[in-house]
Amino acid sequence: MPKLIIDGKEIEVMPGLTIIQACEQAGIEVPRFCYHERLSVAGNCRMCLVEVEKSPKPVASCVMPVSEGMVVKTQTDTIKKARRGVMEFLLINHPLDCPICDQGGECDLQDQAMAYGFDRSRYEENKRAVQDKNFGPLIKTSMNRCIHCTRCIRFSTEIAGVPDIGAVGRGEKMEITTYVEKAVASELSGNLIDICPVGALTSKPYAFAARPWELKKTHSIDVMDAVGSHIRVDTRGAKVLRILPRIHEDINEEWLADKSRFACDGLARQRLDRPYIRKDGRLVPTTWAEALAHTAQAIKKAQPTNMAAIAGDMADVEAMFALKELWVSLGSNNFDCRQNGSLLGAGGRATYLLNTTINNLEKADVCLLIGTNPRWEAPLINARLRKAYVQNGLKVFVIGPKIDLTYPAEYLGESPTILNEITQGTHPLSTLLQQAKKPVLILGENVTSRSDGMEIHQTSMLIAEKFGFIKADWNGFNVLHRAASRVGGLDIGFIPSEQGKSTRQILAAAKSGQLSLLYLLGADELDLQDVNNCFIIYQGHHGDIGAHRADVVLPGAAYTEKDATYVNTEGRIQQTRMATLPPGEAKEDWRIIRALSELVGKTLSFSNRHQLQQMISKKHAVFQQKNIVAVQGWVMGSGRVGNITPAPLKDAVVNYYMTDPISRASETMAACTAAFVQPNQQENKAHG
Amino acid sequence: MEQFEFTPANLKTIGEIIKKYPAGRQASAVLPVLDLAQRQAGGWLSSAAIEQVAQILQMPPIRVYEVASFYSMFNLKPVGRNHIQVCRTTPCWLRGADRLTELCKTKLGINKGQTTPDQQFTLSEVECLGACCNAPIVQINDDVYEDLTPDSLSKILDELKAGKQPMTGSQTNRQGSAPEGMFISDDQQAGSSKQNQQKT
Amino acid sequence: MLHQQDKVFKNLYGLLDWRLEGARKRGIWDNTKELLSKGRDWIIDEIKKSDLRGRGGAGFSTGMKWSFMPKDLQGKSAYLVVNADESEPGTCKDREILRFDPHLLVEGCLIAAFAIGAQTGYIYVRGEFYHEAQRLQQAIDEAYAAGLIGKNACSSGFDFNLYVHRGAGAYICGEETALLESLEGKKGMPRLKPPFPAAMGLYGAPTTINNVETVAVTPTILRRGAAWWSGLGRPKNTGTKIFSISGHVNKPCNVEEQMGIPLRELIERYAGGVRGGWDNLLAVIPGGSSVPMIPKSICDTVLMDFDSLREVKSGLGTAAVIVMDKSTDLIAAIARLSHFYMHESCGQCTPCREGTGWMWRVMERLTIGNADIREIDMLLDVSRQVEGHTICALGDAAAWPIQGLIRHFRPEIEQRIANHRIKHPAVAVN
Repeated sequence: MPKLIIDGKEIEVMPGLTIIQACEQAGIEVPRFCYHERLSVAGNCRMCLVEVEKSPKPVASCVMPVSEGMVVKTQTDTIKKARRGVMEFLLINHPLDCPICDQGGECDLQDQAMAYGFDRSRYEENKRAVQDKNFGPLIKTSMNRCIHCTRCIRFSTEIAGVPDIGAVGRGEKMEITTYVEKAVASELSGNLIDICPVGALTSKPYAFAARPWELKKTHSIDVMDAVGSHIRVDTRGAKVLRILPRIHEDINEEWLADKSRFACDGLARQRLDRPYIRKDGRLVPTTWAEALAHTAQAIKKAQPTNMAAIAGDMADVEAMFALKELWVSLGSNNFDCRQNGSLLGAGGRATYLLNTTINNLEKADVCLLIGTNPRWEAPLINARLRKAYVQNGLKVFVIGPKIDLTYPAEYLGESPTILNEITQGTHPLSTLLQQAKKPVLILGENVTSRSDGMEIHQTSMLIAEKFGFIKADWNGFNVLHRAASRVGGLDIGFIPSEQGKSTRQILAAAKSGQLSLLYLLGADELDLQDVNNCFIIYQGHHGDIGAHRADVVLPGAAYTEKDATYVNTEGRIQQTRMATLPPGEAKEDWRIIRALSELVGKTLSFSNRHQLQQMISKKHAVFQQKNIVAVQGWVMGSGRVGNITPAPLKDAVVNYYMTDPISRASETMAACTAAFVQPNQQENKAHG
Repeated sequence: MEQFEFTPANLKTIGEIIKKYPAGRQASAVLPVLDLAQRQAGGWLSSAAIEQVAQILQMPPIRVYEVASFYSMFNLKPVGRNHIQVCRTTPCWLRGADRLTELCKTKLGINKGQTTPDQQFTLSEVECLGACCNAPIVQINDDVYEDLTPDSLSKILDELKAGKQPMTGSQTNRQGSAPEGMFISDDQQAGSSKQNQQKT
Repeated sequence: MLHQQDKVFKNLYGLLDWRLEGARKRGIWDNTKELLSKGRDWIIDEIKKSDLRGRGGAGFSTGMKWSFMPKDLQGKSAYLVVNADESEPGTCKDREILRFDPHLLVEGCLIAAFAIGAQTGYIYVRGEFYHEAQRLQQAIDEAYAAGLIGKNACSSGFDFNLYVHRGAGAYICGEETALLESLEGKKGMPRLKPPFPAAMGLYGAPTTINNVETVAVTPTILRRGAAWWSGLGRPKNTGTKIFSISGHVNKPCNVEEQMGIPLRELIERYAGGVRGGWDNLLAVIPGGSSVPMIPKSICDTVLMDFDSLREVKSGLGTAAVIVMDKSTDLIAAIARLSHFYMHESCGQCTPCREGTGWMWRVMERLTIGNADIREIDMLLDVSRQVEGHTICALGDAAAWPIQGLIRHFRPEIEQRIANHRIKHPAVAVN
């Protein structure tokens, strides 16, 4: 380990570090613009210059590796002058329009100008004028402010894998642009806003909305997919103005997917802010008392075997647990958290989790994707797979529709029967899997909703067992969930026992008129068209498909409005935090069920969230350990090849930008759909 | 929208160019292939041409566009049949480059960066062309005209207008970049050496 | 004065046959096989002993550069890249080698490649040299056909392929790492160092980049011996050099002479003297546009080599001598160069991208005198903020001409401003 001296302080660091990294370890701040620890080193802004003894010129500390005995000085007059010089150069063509710039208050250029700059300009020439560019519906450009650090180019090329951004021209005429005014077609594009150190790339939906110091910042968890990204919810009053990522190295690093970031305007639209009951065929506003009484009456009237509950994709663990408790106490076994009709979850936890963990996907050498498009189902997991490809040449194989994953992948075909060939060793991939050191397979959760879904699941497990995916320190069997609620639902057993009805059976019964009561806990992705003679209760936050068909609407809270538990696809138990109060009369979901339980005479035995959470942990031990991923034991499967039909695997997501009640209510997501999804769909149609 | 397709002959040439570089390094061919596209299209690169080059070399279009916009010999707008490039850098300027630009402006009736209405001439000022001992010089398409005066350049423009190919190289009959008069004694030698000049 | 028999570039003016047949008559491709048979170490050692310094401008020891290449490539590739992107204003020597004596270069490539263990060479010719590149290609084709390069080159058992790659108009590609980027199909933006090209160059492989003239003189040095070369010129500044003399001389020309020739002798003997006589001399830029100018007083005595010119705070650079007589508007002359550097800045480093434009704009105002006296010092300060703060040396190159001007001709600039004030009292700045 090389020892070096920085500003007179001796420090020992890992070999291979650069000077700037060593300075960080020594707690010495070195200003920078182009340097970003997750991107390749550009070394172009020249702000991080330091003096190194025996070097005639100042050196860029982000570039130069440390060496034994190096003497680094970061505070000499030469360096202070160099920094002032760079600051001055950056500012001569910068518009200094901070008062009307959305970056104001959280701008690296502003901060560093204060710390390292001149207090006035010596530049008397005209400033450069640069035309703004069209980066699409999410990113607003103000290219006069650009300081050409190229972070955006490097992010889109390296992390997003969508090389759409470049710098054209040269010298002072160099401009950052996309190819012919093309919108940045990446599900990670919002991160460009975060990495832009100035106000050149800002959030279009958030334009002129607020100043950072006016915002209340709440640390929370995202539920737009099953990744469980760490987020910061920025609110002013009752309004969520924006959502930003928080760093979590094992989950989202410091990135956030666009839907998670930009669908938040949907939180203010189409909201259920008061109870409704259906009168004369129309939903009319009512009071909580009446709505709950009406609901209780319907529940009491129904036979336990003829009533059912389905939890949707954003339901929290507390609400599902409460609803399950209530249902069991009523004597009904008809409840399911798998609204897509999947039967996954009967086995141990390892059979339905992303066992490898998101972070460890980086280490994989071979990856088989089965019926999943991670780019749309979990963009940040896709970014990890891309990272594995970039860093260690991960080889990716796909069974399912052909898609652009942002990294090379070999398409084996759309029929899941290929899995049988692989198992039997007759497929070319079998050999490769045998040789792989850290193989992973990722089964799209949606595959398990096929009629032969569990057969495919079983065969996938068999492949994992047969080809060394399961080792002492490695589990390469993964299910990729899309719904934030799903793993939590499975963990608390929000699935029917043998006597109970699954989603498919519930819907069949409802359509044949045999079901008298259906309780939808935020379940909206259901086909309720032919349901008849069934009293439907919808509890949730958006006036979406479920509420439209309901007889009673009980307004619940969205994820930014409650302290609630979600379990991500890895099995990591995490908590959202209340950033704003639920709108109008809407309430936290478990409270609604608790209130209802009293009215039906089956009062649940908890009266606050703490008690509820204790009860959950007591009944389900996995909930005792929050925020970590516990290693799951592997129970060998049947060893049989499943009976798989050759029907092609289909896309689980048709439109990334609109998958749930919140994103469907979002104008921003509608704009993205128009910009990114519809043109492609039309093109596909045109091509037949 | 401009259309662009490489001719079969050029596609064959591209194949040969790519072979100069190691396998998988076909992006190295981007400059020669863009040059080929520009020649085929009459002196400029449309987005259609850029996209085709990107496709052939398996590069993202933005990377090809970056390259096309970086190098000064690529024109992203149409140019006239004769692209007159007057060297403006100090060694040529010291020997009267300004007067050459003026001559072009008045004679062709266009300003720098403009094209004559008949699409015959585009006038540009460029930086050092690397023939400073024969200053001032002007490059027209691939040919360099050296040791110019406004008179000799005027003659060259007349010939180009008339569709003729003017004599390239030194307009004062110097032998390469030899000091003037060094070889004047031997006319025949100078005459035969002329064949040794650029065009053979 | 350099004797005819000591000249390396015997066809500098293109009087003789450039083709293989003619080249052989001049001794090119003589016993090349024998030279190779003496082995890599001998060649590098001989070049080291000759004290040959690179002819591209920086003047780094060529033998040393070659010795940085890994001895054992473990089956991986290594490359020789020849920098024929001659674009430094004032410089036009490589062009003459390319079009009049290309076989000197081709043979030099074989020898240099052999010495550094590269089986592939690329010659990066500036795009504007269209006919020159074609001429070079013809010479390479001839060499292939004669078995001089290609498989078993010169029957030496060494395989060597040589390709011409044309640039497309960018001065910065003369910077060796920008040249590599360009050769890889990217914008010509200089790379960060470390890693250095000898460790990680073209396509990530060990690479040596040499100037045309450097490569072209090596076969002759090996043939005639290191002692012959180091006997020419002055210690540490050995051998011959092509000088490009342009500007206000009676007979601008390229000429090969010994290193260390007095500047005055060079101009008067070969270029027909300064226009209007030596006393009409104002200043000279002695090594291509990137080096600071020197006033007549220094020109009177200075010797043309790396170390002598460094002593007078200028440099030999590419040995392109730009002569300016007393009729010259020096401020305008340097403003033109400032425009050049602004135009050629690749744009990646902040100081160069922003500073070159700023400096040019101030220079333009200084040219007409529309400035405040204190802006001279400000300009000097700005030039120092650019100098030494960038990835490559273009920033320095943009700063030095201005620094040279102010160092030697400040009174003239002040006079210009004062004159402008008198004529335009109302519009004077501040």
